[in-house]
Amino acid sequence: MAEPHPQPPAHWSGSEPRQVLAPDGSLVGPLPQGLDATAFRELYRWMVVARRLDRECIALQRQGELTVYPGHEGQEAAQVGSAWALGPDDFVWPTFRELPVALLRGVDAVQYLQYHRGTWHGGPYDPRATRFGPICIPIATQIAHAAGYALGKQLDDSDDVTIAYFGDGATSEGDFHEGANLAGVRRLPLVLFCQNNGWAISVPTASQTAGEIWRRAEGYGFPGVRVDGNDVLAVYAATREAVDRARAGDGPTLIEALTYRIGAHSTADDARRYRADPEVEAARAFDPIPRFRTWLVGSGHADDGFIAACDEAADAFALTVREGVIATPAPPAEWAFDWVYAEPPVTFERMRAEALATERR
Amino acid sequence: MTEWTLSRALNEALRDALRTDDRVVVFGEDVGVSGGVFRVTDGLQAEFGERRVFDTPISEAAIVGSAVGLAFAGWRPVVELQFDAFSYPAFEQIVDHVAKMRMRTRGRVDMPITIRIPAFGGIKGKEHHGESPETYYAHTAGLKVVVPSSALDGYTLLRHAIADPDPVVVLEPKARYWTKEEGALDADAPGIGVGRVLRDGGDVTLLAYGAMVARIAEAATQLADAGIEARVIDLRSLSPLDEDLLRRSAEETGRIVVVHEAPRHAGLGAEIAARTMELAFDSLAAPIARVTGWDTPYPPASLEDAYLPSVERIVAVTKETVAY
Repeated sequence: MAEPHPQPPAHWSGSEPRQVLAPDGSLVGPLPQGLDATAFRELYRWMVVARRLDRECIALQRQGELTVYPGHEGQEAAQVGSAWALGPDDFVWPTFRELPVALLRGVDAVQYLQYHRGTWHGGPYDPRATRFGPICIPIATQIAHAAGYALGKQLDDSDDVTIAYFGDGATSEGDFHEGANLAGVRRLPLVLFCQNNGWAISVPTASQTAGEIWRRAEGYGFPGVRVDGNDVLAVYAATREAVDRARAGDGPTLIEALTYRIGAHSTADDARRYRADPEVEAARAFDPIPRFRTWLVGSGHADDGFIAACDEAADAFALTVREGVIATPAPPAEWAFDWVYAEPPVTFERMRAEALATERR
Repeated sequence: MTEWTLSRALNEALRDALRTDDRVVVFGEDVGVSGGVFRVTDGLQAEFGERRVFDTPISEAAIVGSAVGLAFAGWRPVVELQFDAFSYPAFEQIVDHVAKMRMRTRGRVDMPITIRIPAFGGIKGKEHHGESPETYYAHTAGLKVVVPSSALDGYTLLRHAIADPDPVVVLEPKARYWTKEEGALDADAPGIGVGRVLRDGGDVTLLAYGAMVARIAEAATQLADAGIEARVIDLRSLSPLDEDLLRRSAEETGRIVVVHEAPRHAGLGAEIAARTMELAFDSLAAPIARVTGWDTPYPPASLEDAYLPSVERIVAVTKETVAY
């Protein structure tokens, strides 16, 4: 007899989420179309790389090399699975916790981390080239940007899809409603991807909303789906269907991915003030990485050598990123002025001269 | 000579912008079939189609937020927020994103967004329909803020705003929408950052924007009867300010009276006074005076006349300033 599995986190109660792999790694649903063994291994590798980098970032913060850093441990499947479903020209509008998605979009990790190093707001990567929007801290505002971008693509008769990432707390904001409603009215090619990780800093999902988030979609006139966000295959399948719908001109989809924020809200947060360690320990039983690894090895798509190689590659990558982060200096003072305006007013130029003269004194 | 109202001239500016740049899109609440509550978008949807000119849900944050996304996608959005006080739901999007996005992307993504807001009082409007929000936006780095005072200048400023690669807030004085002016529309007349002298005079400078420009012009006429020659300046551009014009006015008239509808406390008059002092303190012969709305919420229609700077108040304060 197997040990009884721990209870899932409280915010996973209610409607059964879509699942391909049970928490113990057993196959309980059809494998998603369009993924081969190479893809399976890539999904695993990215999750391992993302988690390893997350730990490196927390260490970098503790060592004073990053300012406040928001960890994503536990959310790797939700992010890697959804990002894998995107086409190269699809555009991502992230929050501040989508480092794994950024990696999959090809955003340079050192550049991305300049945001958390405090050397640049937004992120110095090129959002148009990477199709990964600027890091967005104001909650839910990026959903309106995503709706506008999707509208722009729709007006251009493009089949590019837009995806907005946000958390459970964001669904309490007006911009979530306004963006989702606009998306419904205009049938925008938009995927609204909610990572319900149970916590908005210290406030649990139950204090954030009384209903199930995926059900909101019905009120906006488009489909909603609840998926096990710690099941990378289920996340991929649900997102891929939503992306395909959007690309076909069939409008938006709201995805609620049930996951769990293993770490604190950020390195500035002490989660023990508001949640008990046993809750976190219980949630570790639903960790997306061991779950997928069990199936991956068990199904013969990877062997122990591959698993070990992923760990080694992740270590090497994390060290390279560490060196790159540490080597990045503070920007020159004039950068505070350089891009505020495309056509800087003469008064602004006078102030720039004043500021830089002061700087040199 | 064609006769234009401000509403009609702004409408023509939008039409010409839509015609000359196929990336311009115009959207907001009731701007489509209805043509806007002040008719500024009248007929545009019929002429350019629902793809270029369209109604949105009543969602000011999404109107401005989607303009950010549209700019990323290479469009040039011109949005209408129906009334001054209804721009506040979009405040976060304007301040956090529209104003900062170009810098955040290190100049890779421009925000050529025009935010039109029917603003200010003087029309015996309902509550929340008479506010002067200019300082909120003028205080925000990354934005440009303009206020036309007449039909022809409305055309010029709106064309400049739409053509500008940076975000521009255009505050349109509701009280002037139906005021007529004769002349030719000119997209190439001086634009953002430049004030204009409407009447010259050497004794004192009267400085205003929006609907108050007509009042300082009338005040100048009355002052002339009393032997005081007042220079009348339409500021037009609240951010950036025309510093050279402020300096010149201080140097040439030595006395300045600033007039605006907004409350006095931390109003634009404070910035104008401080800036002028920094630029030309030695030229000033009297303290810079402010004739403004009171530090109260904008009053009901029946009290509006006591709130707005009247010609009488302007004349009285100007005489005190000249006599100083």
